[in-house]
Amino acid sequence: MKTVSSLLNEEWYERYKRISKLNIRSSIYDVTNKCNLRCKGCFFFSSGEHKAAKEQDDINKWKEFIDKEVQRGVNLAILIGGEPTLFMDRVEAFYDRLPTYCATNGQIKVDRERFPDMMVGISLWGDPEVEKKLRGKDTFAISSKNYEGDDYTYYLFTISPRQLGGIEPIVKRIEDHGLKVHMQLLSNDEGVDGFSWTEDQLRQAREEMDEMLIKYPKTVISSHYYHEVLTTQTMLGRKFGWKECPSVSINWDNREPQPKRLIRFIRWASDLETTHRCCTSQTRDCSTCMDGAAHMSWVMVNKRAHMQTTKDLQNWITVYEMFAKLYRFIPW
Amino acid sequence: MEATAVKIENESMENRVAQIIIEELKLEDVTPESFDKNLDLVDELGIDSMDLTAVVLVLQDEYSITIDEDDYPKLKNVSLIAKYIQDRLD
Ligand code: SF4
Ligand code: SF4
Repeated sequence: MKTVSSLLNEEWYERYKRISKLNIRSSIYDVTNKCNLRCKGCFFFSSGEHKAAKEQDDINKWKEFIDKEVQRGVNLAILIGGEPTLFMDRVEAFYDRLPTYCATNGQIKVDRERFPDMMVGISLWGDPEVEKKLRGKDTFAISSKNYEGDDYTYYLFTISPRQLGGIEPIVKRIEDHGLKVHMQLLSNDEGVDGFSWTEDQLRQAREEMDEMLIKYPKTVISSHYYHEVLTTQTMLGRKFGWKECPSVSINWDNREPQPKRLIRFIRWASDLETTHRCCTSQTRDCSTCMDGAAHMSWVMVNKRAHMQTTKDLQNWITVYEMFAKLYRFIPW
Repeated sequence: MEATAVKIENESMENRVAQIIIEELKLEDVTPESFDKNLDLVDELGIDSMDLTAVVLVLQDEYSITIDEDDYPKLKNVSLIAKYIQDRLD
């Protein structure tokens, strides 16, 4: 029988033990249906999720709801939207009650007096040219000023095919502003011309992501195995998709047999009653889904499947460490 | 005599728990008897809460007990699981 210590040397075993007891139970919350940008390819607007429910505007209802979520066992709130920072009182209601991560476009600064250690993830879609094309403006110019040197902030860089060959200057810019970066791939939900992936481009993306991790290890929060799984949508010979996805809201999960999944995960709409199918677009075709967080979770929930060889288990550890760093459960 | 009977009872419960774990996790090269009853299920066997839930469902059925999820951290190894069940049955 294979055990963890029979597969790992002392150093890797210590790394494993640092993360093995974390037991994170996250859920995702649409804080609002509104946004101060309108990016082409934003899954929230392209799939009509901003119209799925009328948002709750009574802050006391938010507080009651979050208290119930804590009782339900949630110990990490992931705030998305729309743009959560448009409603800081709602963000604060989460932050006061449980570890909270706020996804933002970075155009509004989170006040660090009020939210000293809240994790902030700033979306970035490319260089100024790509940003202007897809998001209407160079968001980095503002977000990098707002968050320069912030210890609890990283960029969530969504790589598109147009960005290939030009990833390094972006990573460098982020490093120069004293911030970290995590990379994922654009799913092109709105079919913008020239922004869908070919096999070759995915291979190139993997190479470039690998290179960034090697060249900028202090800035890039990632894992080579994550790059492999994300760009091939394959893990241990299994193909990603609906049958394997871990990030399906529990009340939407009618799969039989049920795959390994995030325990009690739900993505809530901003009326605090409606739920969405999964962590991303309800209308997305699962067979072409590139969602980075879903791929990361896919690896994480399949720990025992990675206990066949030392290399597999080490790969699993690097992905779990990446996750734990992104939410600062372990230091950067 | 009584102490011996309790010991045998404990041993058989531990073996049954080990058997359930072996079946649920599809473990190879191990029998209920050879399973180390003090092996840390998370640190060593790599089980997660979904695996544990599958094991717990079988235990609940078999022993007609309820195991609260808050108690999962106590179920660290086979020996502790058997003791936990025994306490519930007493
Ligand atoms: S900033 Fe985010 S929520 Fe707003 S439109 Fe862009 S991708 Fe969508
Ligand atoms: S779209 Fe992606 S994240 Fe959503 S259920 Fe399908 S595979 Fe999972």
